[in-house]
Amino acid sequence: MKIHEYQGKELFRKYGVATPRGIPCFSVDEAVGAAKKLGGSVWVVKAQIHAGGRGKGGGVKLAKSPAELRKRAREILGMRLVTHQTGPAGQIVRRLLIEEGADIASELYVGMVVDRATQRVALMASSEGGMDIEEVAASHPEKIHTVFIDPLQGLSDSEADRVAHRIGIPDSALPQARMLLQALYRCFDETDASLAEINPLILTRDGRVVALDAKLNFDDNALYRHPEIVAMRDLDEEDPLEIEASKHDLSYISLDGEIGCMVNGAGLAMATMDTIKLFGGEPANFLDVGGGATTEKVTAAFKIMLSNPKVKAILVNIFGGIMKCDTIAEGVVAAARETHLAVPLVVRMKGTNEDLGKKILKDSGLPIISADDMAGAARKVVAALKEGAHGRGAARGRAAGRTAAPGRAAGRGTAPKKKAAAKKKKAPAKREAPVKKRAVPKQATAAKNKPAAKKKRAKQAKKK
Amino acid sequence: MSILIDRDSRVMTQGITGKTGQFHTRTSRDYAKGRECYVAGVHPGRAGENFEGIPIYASVRDAKARSGANVSVIYVPPAGAAAAIWEAVEADLDLVICITEGIPVRDMIRVRERMRQEHRRTRLVGPNCPGVITPGELKIGIMPGHIHRKGRVGVVSRSGTLTYEAVGQLSELGIGQSSAVGIGGDPVNGMKHIDVMKLFNDDAQTDAVVMIGEIGGSDEEDAARWVKANMRKPVVGFIAGVTAPPGKRMGHAGAIISGGKGTAQEKLAVMEDCGITVTRNPAEMGKTLKRVLR
Repeated sequence: MKIHEYQGKELFRKYGVATPRGIPCFSVDEAVGAAKKLGGSVWVVKAQIHAGGRGKGGGVKLAKSPAELRKRAREILGMRLVTHQTGPAGQIVRRLLIEEGADIASELYVGMVVDRATQRVALMASSEGGMDIEEVAASHPEKIHTVFIDPLQGLSDSEADRVAHRIGIPDSALPQARMLLQALYRCFDETDASLAEINPLILTRDGRVVALDAKLNFDDNALYRHPEIVAMRDLDEEDPLEIEASKHDLSYISLDGEIGCMVNGAGLAMATMDTIKLFGGEPANFLDVGGGATTEKVTAAFKIMLSNPKVKAILVNIFGGIMKCDTIAEGVVAAARETHLAVPLVVRMKGTNEDLGKKILKDSGLPIISADDMAGAARKVVAALKEGAHGRGAARGRAAGRTAAPGRAAGRGTAPKKKAAAKKKKAPAKREAPVKKRAVPKQATAAKNKPAAKKKRAKQAKKK
Repeated sequence: MSILIDRDSRVMTQGITGKTGQFHTRTSRDYAKGRECYVAGVHPGRAGENFEGIPIYASVRDAKARSGANVSVIYVPPAGAAAAIWEAVEADLDLVICITEGIPVRDMIRVRERMRQEHRRTRLVGPNCPGVITPGELKIGIMPGHIHRKGRVGVVSRSGTLTYEAVGQLSELGIGQSSAVGIGGDPVNGMKHIDVMKLFNDDAQTDAVVMIGEIGGSDEEDAARWVKANMRKPVVGFIAGVTAPPGKRMGHAGAIISGGKGTAQEKLAVMEDCGITVTRNPAEMGKTLKRVLR
């Protein structure tokens, strides 16, 4: 779970990590009032969204008068802030943090993260603050100093001092830096954080060490023992589909493709996405239904997948172990009926009660396309998607173009011939669609009205 | 032979009074030699009772002393699971397999640190894993026993159903398994790919290994480098998550690309470089293994 900068700073202060004074605001008037309350003559207006890179995106501005502050607050509040972490769609700014201006002498970096190799929390620090730390790691690895903290002892005085010294903190500020680093570790440890980042940590001209930024992520598995942190959750910052999925105990992540997939198990779900891609499609989501999928859960999963408008076909891949294929099949049939499923559905099931499951799908009378293995399933769903794309009027050009473009990976003799033919034309993706339409006129006309396309699919399913 | 477990193992279930623990203890006991192998259960308040004939003891230490169990399987809920692992380690069992999903990372960090600092010899598999199976002998965990087949190929993986997928493909091709080990999908866990690989290398009954990984961390790379220097048997590999976006946790707590590290492409490249035959098509894990066997 992620929280906002101002919430992170509240936690920091609780543990004794020095921060500038600041007040979170939800309106322009509040922002002006906050500046007045803080006093002084320079303030910083900071957009509060969960993504990083806010400064570069124009979400952090300095104001030197109340009038300028009002102007800046008005500009930033409600803006669609695009950073390298938000994706092109950006994130709407709903909260501001108004902070007193800081007198910066130098900018440093401090971060903490769980290191999997040593199985300890790693403290990373660098003299190169304010920059993207991944860039520093790539260009100047010698400028990053790391300590793997003994969880039974905590961060020792000498470890803290050594790191502080190495990143250029003067001797006069060492005691304060030590306290800050140790407080940060206590905060990380006691709140079950998974990531803490202060970028930049600043040294002020009067020799103080202050956290100018605060990024904290938390271990979802430990939230049950931190109601105070759960209370900081901001649902506006999260994907509504992912929120809905979590209510049903489904693990769901939105992606950019057109093929929805529902799988049991995280590893198999990722492998299924990879197979879709391998055969020239693009997954629309990651969705793990988990071990105990009921009809209700499968229906919820279908609804979530289908509420993504990009989804043009669905692939269900189940390896029945404890979960029986017949149970899943019943769930899939019920879900397809309840959601009046209008996109092609390919189901591959394997394992416990496989035959029973397949029979339920077949007897349902629904146009469900059955597949025996993962590769076959991926091939069929990509083919079904293309067929569907030709019949969908306005969506046609875009859909066909987009799916043909990433077909590179599929040129291994396993992809359907139709696509291989389309691929030969090296025209830009968008202009490829009309060419393709002419190349396969029969399908384009056959699929013009949906019922016909459906019947065709049903026939295909029966053949298999 | 096989690795980690066989018909001579004696198993106790920690969390035998819970629904999950009971269900899987029952199905595991019904598999192959399970009836002789499952000898004890642990619950502090239910000592003296039994679960379908399996006696329940108050503590791991007690269960070990009275039943002779040397292996434990844990189904205890997340909040108490790390303490359950530590209890089994302190009782000096040979092997602890923790199935529980959702244990806070901080709890695992502490248990692992204590195991290292006290030089404990107990091996830990998991948490958040399907368990270990030696086909035809003993199943400890939640995997479906019937898809396995006794044989000479080792399987090691971070995931559950993807392991079943690999095993299913092998069995369908008539290739049996010596042991299949699910090491779990958490960022801080017990045995890693490399540790399991070492055991398979030394196991006279294992001819080849399927190693399945996923995005996040660098365990697969570490194992690959070890394979290059030491492995005397062919290894086939697959990494899930080529299509996973960075910064998103893909179901498993440990399956996340962070700071540009831990991508599937990177892992596959290192594995290939180290002489592992990789496939990018998960539907061909079995076929790829069959090819290297010849």
